[in-house]
Amino acid sequence: MSPLNIEKGSSKHSAYDLRDPHAERLERHTLAIIVDNESGVLARVIGLFSARGYNIDSLTVAEVDHEGHRSRITIVTTGTAQVIIQIKAQLERMVSTHEVHDLTTEGPSVERELALFKVAGKGEPRIEALRLAEIFRANVVDSTLESFVFEMTGTPEKVDAFAELMRPLGLREVARTGVAALSRGQ
Amino acid sequence: MTGQMTGARMVIEALKEQGVEVVFGYPGGAVLPIYDELFQQNEIRHILVRHEQGAVHAAEGYARSTGKPGVVLVTSGPGATNAVTGIVDALMDSIPLVVLTGQVPTFMVGSDAFQEADTVGITRPCTKMNWLVKDTDKLAETIHQAFHVAASGRPGPVLVDIPKDVQFATGAYVEKPQARTSHYRPQVKGDRARIEELAALIETAERPVFYTGGGVINSGPEASRLLRELVAATGIPITSTLMGLGAYPASGREWIGMLGMHGTYEANWAMHDCDLMINIGARFDDRITGRINAFSPGSKKAHIDIDPSSINKVIHADVPIIGDVSDVLADLLEIWSARGRKVNRPALERWWSQIDEWRAVDCLAYKPGTGIIRPQHALARLEALTKEMDRYITTEVGQHQMWAAQYLGFEDPNRWMTSGGLGTMGYGLPASVGVQVAHPEALVINVAGEASWLMNMQEMGTAVQYRLPIKQFILNNERLGMVRQWQELLHGERYSHSWSEALPDFVKLAEAFGCKGIRCDSEEDLDDAIREMLAYDGPVIFDCLVEKHENCFPMIPSGNAHNDMILGEAETQGVIGAKGAVLV
Ligand SMILES: Cc1cc2nc3c(=O)[nH]c(=O)nc-3n(C[C@H](O)[C@H](O)[C@H](O)COP(=O)(O)OP(=O)(O)OC[C@H]3O[C@@H](n4cnc5c(N)ncnc54)[C@H](O)[C@@H]3O)c2cc1C
Ligand SMILES: Cc1ncc(C[n+]2csc(CCOP(=O)(O)OP(=O)(O)O)c2C)c(N)n1
Repeated sequence: MSPLNIEKGSSKHSAYDLRDPHAERLERHTLAIIVDNESGVLARVIGLFSARGYNIDSLTVAEVDHEGHRSRITIVTTGTAQVIIQIKAQLERMVSTHEVHDLTTEGPSVERELALFKVAGKGEPRIEALRLAEIFRANVVDSTLESFVFEMTGTPEKVDAFAELMRPLGLREVARTGVAALSRGQ
Repeated sequence: MTGQMTGARMVIEALKEQGVEVVFGYPGGAVLPIYDELFQQNEIRHILVRHEQGAVHAAEGYARSTGKPGVVLVTSGPGATNAVTGIVDALMDSIPLVVLTGQVPTFMVGSDAFQEADTVGITRPCTKMNWLVKDTDKLAETIHQAFHVAASGRPGPVLVDIPKDVQFATGAYVEKPQARTSHYRPQVKGDRARIEELAALIETAERPVFYTGGGVINSGPEASRLLRELVAATGIPITSTLMGLGAYPASGREWIGMLGMHGTYEANWAMHDCDLMINIGARFDDRITGRINAFSPGSKKAHIDIDPSSINKVIHADVPIIGDVSDVLADLLEIWSARGRKVNRPALERWWSQIDEWRAVDCLAYKPGTGIIRPQHALARLEALTKEMDRYITTEVGQHQMWAAQYLGFEDPNRWMTSGGLGTMGYGLPASVGVQVAHPEALVINVAGEASWLMNMQEMGTAVQYRLPIKQFILNNERLGMVRQWQELLHGERYSHSWSEALPDFVKLAEAFGCKGIRCDSEEDLDDAIREMLAYDGPVIFDCLVEKHENCFPMIPSGNAHNDMILGEAETQGVIGAKGAVLV
């Protein structure tokens, strides 16, 4: 009998699906999930993603309707088209779920993230950091003689870009909230 | 009942209101208040099992054979963790269960208290929903909601964790009609346009096949009735998964046997060659599909399922229909009838003659006996001697399970209880306890392998205590037969730890439990021995010594296509390739 020769790319979605998952294009989707604000709901959502091997690129959650006891979970995920459909179906069938919206496919939407950056330095780099912050419309929310904390909102790409620019200028720490998203229009 | 009462009393009242007749359980410190209430009433029967896993499987057997949710009551910590295997089993096989667990008092939760376990945390991934109830006022409502969730849509297990102080405290009872059963209302009516599309496909298909599954059983007896009507009216061949056996009668004209890894030659070829596959309540499990990219390459696939996540999960559906089987079949029959009840008769006739050719291979034929009992023969005789009876079958997991599926005929739904998705050895004996509790007058047989049976054999004590005349039909090959078979085919006949060594004397074991033991090791005596088992009014352990090296065929080796199956010993050399070997 030949030795076991497991092919690269054996998919985790079916024991028998030995197709190369990289052959299929990965898509990035932003999902908004309205759930009952009960204990354990977030754990259920996260557990679903880890148990089924789905990706979470970003996750935010907060109560959005105190009276109705509802929370909104925003998840940014990547996967093949089939996996994205499966993720939605899995989320929809959860007992605590009220609605699942795929903001990426349901028409135009806005995405924002809030980030805080601590940048330390003196002299020219410090001045450069401040200058760039202005261009990016980041606010200074704390400052010492040798450091700033900038606050910025924007798309994840904008946050990434700013972080890249700050890195050589003395970036010490970044805190990001993750994506919040809404569909445009009414 | 309304008004103020203790949490423990509420549990009993809520169960009564839900029509619960029997609870399978095991007491302990954290549920003593509930046990105290059980003691003071006579409406709900409690069956004391011998291990919490047994309680859950018994409740599964009860649920599957009655269509009602099974109820389990166990204590905190080890009581709850012992129940976990059964809960996962029920999740995989879509069995409705309500599991009630005791918990340490709320003010001790999180302190590593005695017998504390994070029960809702542990069971979150293996329940459809679970709740930790911290407030007695919410207890009754939560239990009502638990029943609603367990039984609606795709059924499954739910769990309610009840701290001991919540059981002692007094609160307001909420009656069932007043309970908010959440917004959880799965769609049961299928999209008519899609059903219309399916009806049109049925009219023209040249090689159609019905591929039915556990969803037909889940949907209730009406679904089976409609399925039979549809099959009879169209004359389309029908196969079923392991989980769907009995929805369509094995004696039915259009029945072509079970499909899948150990399914019949004709069923698997029909699936491979069909041009229209109509999946009714089945989930394209990997035991069915084999190699995905070789799965029924030339067919259009319709898929009727109540769970949207089942559709397009594994196999792309050309005609997806989300809904309950009975609702969708009723609409399909109506629409197809309104369109003139047409099928492509000449093509169907050609299709049937092709299927008859496959049938002629007689894939379930086995070598005649040499005095030593062949397991297939033991089941064929069991079938012959019991098929007219009011019979329920449970199984353990392994070769015997597959042989039971192949050689016993199921004429009605809810008569066949087996662990399909999880494949839990140790399921069958406790499940037979649960079935017999639900159907005290019926003949309940657990077809077992000796290794599986030993996993929960303590439940014989339960059977004896409650005078449940369950029959344990053990096909004893002194091997972990299914493992041995794979080692033979896949691992160069290196039989690593697949012996059942140091087996007990099953007859003496039966005596020790206070029931009857029968041993049979010759074909000649088999019928009489089976008759003796059937005649005995009480639980029986039947030790049927069978051929030790028999393999279960037909078999589609892992990673192969449907039309690439092996029928018998001669064909087993090098059948599983390197790709297939990594699969289970
Ligand atoms: C050793 C071993 C070997 C096995 N070999 C085989 C084999 O050869 N062949 C075989 O068939 N199986 C075999 N099995 C069983 C297999 O693992 C699966 O459990 C089984 O095939 C799944 O059956 P199913 O597709 O009917 O799905 P189920 O698990 O019964 O799922 C039911 C489906 O119906 C849906 N549904 C539920 N209720 C409704 C409703 N009211 N209306 C509409 N849809 C509904 C559900 O959403 C789900 O998709 C084997 C198991 C073991 C342990
Ligand atoms: C709890 C559990 N452990 C291990 C397995 C793996 N397994 C599947 S079949 C089998 C052998 C079963 O032997 P037996 O009950 O004697 O039945 P046979 O196959 O011989 O008919 C084993 C070990 C399992 N399915 N369940």
